[in-house]
Amino acid sequence: MAEVDIKNYCLNFGPQHPAAHGVLRMVMELDGETIERVDPHIGLLHRGTEKLIEYKQYLQAMPYFDRLDYVAPMNQEHAFVLAVEKLAGIEVPERGQYIRVLFCEIGRILNHILNLTTHAMDVGALTPILWGFEEREILMEFYEAVSGARLHAAYFRPGGVHQDMPAGLAERIYAWTETFPKVLEDMEALLIDNRIFKQRNVDIGRFTAEEALAWGFTGPMLRSTGMAWDIRKAEPYEVYDKMDFKVAVGTSGDCYDRFMLRLAEIRESLKIMRQCLDKMPGGPVLSTDNKVAPPRRADMKRSMESLIHHFKLYTEGFKVPEGEVYVGVEAPKGEFGVYLVSDGSNKPYRCKIRAPGFAHMQAMDFLCKGHMLADAPAVLGAMDIVFGEVDR
Amino acid sequence: MTDKALEGLGDHIANSLEHEVISTTVAFGELTVVARAEHIQKVLTFLRDDQECMFKQLTDLCGADYPERAKRFDVVYQLLSVQLNQRMRVKVETDADTPVPSAVEVFPSAGWFERETWDMYGIFFADHPDLRRMLTDYGFQGHPLRKDFPLTGFVEVRYSEEAKRVVYEPVKLTQEFRSFDFLSPWESAKYILPGDEKAEEPKKEGAK
Repeated sequence: MAEVDIKNYCLNFGPQHPAAHGVLRMVMELDGETIERVDPHIGLLHRGTEKLIEYKQYLQAMPYFDRLDYVAPMNQEHAFVLAVEKLAGIEVPERGQYIRVLFCEIGRILNHILNLTTHAMDVGALTPILWGFEEREILMEFYEAVSGARLHAAYFRPGGVHQDMPAGLAERIYAWTETFPKVLEDMEALLIDNRIFKQRNVDIGRFTAEEALAWGFTGPMLRSTGMAWDIRKAEPYEVYDKMDFKVAVGTSGDCYDRFMLRLAEIRESLKIMRQCLDKMPGGPVLSTDNKVAPPRRADMKRSMESLIHHFKLYTEGFKVPEGEVYVGVEAPKGEFGVYLVSDGSNKPYRCKIRAPGFAHMQAMDFLCKGHMLADAPAVLGAMDIVFGEVDR
Repeated sequence: MTDKALEGLGDHIANSLEHEVISTTVAFGELTVVARAEHIQKVLTFLRDDQECMFKQLTDLCGADYPERAKRFDVVYQLLSVQLNQRMRVKVETDADTPVPSAVEVFPSAGWFERETWDMYGIFFADHPDLRRMLTDYGFQGHPLRKDFPLTGFVEVRYSEEAKRVVYEPVKLTQEFRSFDFLSPWESAKYILPGDEKAEEPKKEGAK
C-alpha cells in the first residue's frame, strides 16, 4: 500500500464556545484526536483596566476590580485596598477586618460553586449547576444586603468597608452556613464516585510541584500537587491569623484532585465564616481618620468639618505617599496581586494587576500536549479561568 | 519578614552579584533590587538557585513608564520563594530601543508576561521565543500603557451596515477628554484665567 501523507489538523476552538468559559480562542493543532500544540489567543475581553486606573483617583479606581474576576468580586477589591492601605499607612478597625474576611470567604464559596459546577457541566453533568446556582443566588443576596449590588459591590474601601452589615444579616449568614453543607453533600454525591466523571478527570492535566512553581501557578492549582502554600497562612493579612482553618492539598496534581480540593476549601471557608460571625467585635467598620475615609452620614448633618471632609474626599480624593508596593491576596483562583506605584498625587501612577488566571492560561499548551481533544475542556475547567481577570 | 532580615538578604545579593546589582533598598517592608538590564538572566538564575534566596517562582513581570528619564522604562520582576516564605522585587531600566534579555530560559512563566509587556510598552525582549502581541486587537498599532498614549486611543470600531463588516475609524469624541488637576485646589491657577488678562496691567502702571 502506498504511504499516505497525513497532515495535522488545525482546529479553531472558540472564541464563542460554551466550554471556553467566556471569550477564548485557541488554535489547536491536532494529530487525529491528540493535541500537538495549543495557542491560546486571549485579550478578546481586554478593557484597558490598568490604563483607566492611571486616570482615576484611588477611590474611583477601586470598582474596576469588581469587573476583573466577576465571579468573586470582593476578593479583588481586597488586594487593591490592602495595597493602598500599605502605601498610605491606614489602619482598619477590627470589625472592618472581620467583615472583610467574612465576605472574602463568601466570595471564595461563590467562586468555587461556579467553578465546580461548570467544570462538571463541561464534562457532561448538568444537574450540579442547577443546584449550585440556587445557593450562589443566596450568597449574592448577602452581597446585596451590605453593598446594594449583587455583583459589582464596591464594598471594600481604603480604611475598611463602606457600611456596617444591616441588622439580622449575621444570623441569616450563620443559618445559611448550616444548611449549605447538605446541598454540598447532595451535589458531590452525584459526582465524586461517578464513573464518567472520574474517567474524564483522574490523571488528566497532571503536573508536579516544581513545574507548578516554574509556570507561576498559585492557589488550588499549586496546592493540588501537595504543596501547602496558602497566602492566608504564609503571610496572614487582616484577621486570618486568628482563624482556625486547614489548608487543603491534593496528592497527584490532576484535574480530579483540583475538584476535590475546592470542595474541601468550601468546607474550610464555611468554618472561617462561622468563626468570623462568632468573634466579630462591635465598633466602627471604616477608619475614623477622615482624611482617607468619608465621615458617617449622621455626622455630616451636624458637623461642618465633616461636610468639608466629605466634599474634599469625593472631589479631590486623598493623596498617597510616594512609593511602590506589591500586595498579593489568596483569591479563590490563586494569588491575585496588585503592584501599585504612587507618585504622591491622588491618582495611582502605575497599577499592575497580577491575575492568577493569566499564569494558568499560559500553561495550557504545556498541560494539553499529548492529551485528547476532549480533555482540553476538562483541563480548562479545572484551571478555573475567568476572562475578566485574564484579559483585564 | 522584618526589615532587618530583608536588609541582610539585600546585602547578601549585592555582595554575591557585585557587577550586576546597582542598588538594594527596603521600603514598606519590601526588598527592591535594581540590576543592570544586560545581566538580568544571571541575576534571576542566582536568585532562583541560591540557598538563601530560593526564589523559585516569578509571580509577575511588568513594565512601568517614566517618560522624563533618559531610560524611560522599568521592567519589574516580582519573585516569590515558597520554601523560605519571602518576596522581593527586581527592577531593570531600559528604553524603547534597547532590548532586555528574556527571562523565559530561567522561568517559563515569563513568556506571556513578557509578551504583555511588549504589547503594552513596546519593551523588546531579546531571544524571546514568541514575542507577539498579547492583549490588544489583531493589527493594533502603538503601545497603550505608555504615558504618551492617550486614554481614548486613536481608533474606534463599529459594525458598518454598508460594508457588512466591522470597520475601524478615527476616534470621535463628543466632548473633549478632561483631566482635572486636583493637586492644588486652594492655590490660584498658574495660567492667566480667561477674561482675567487685564488683572496684571494696573500694577505695571503703578510701577511707572
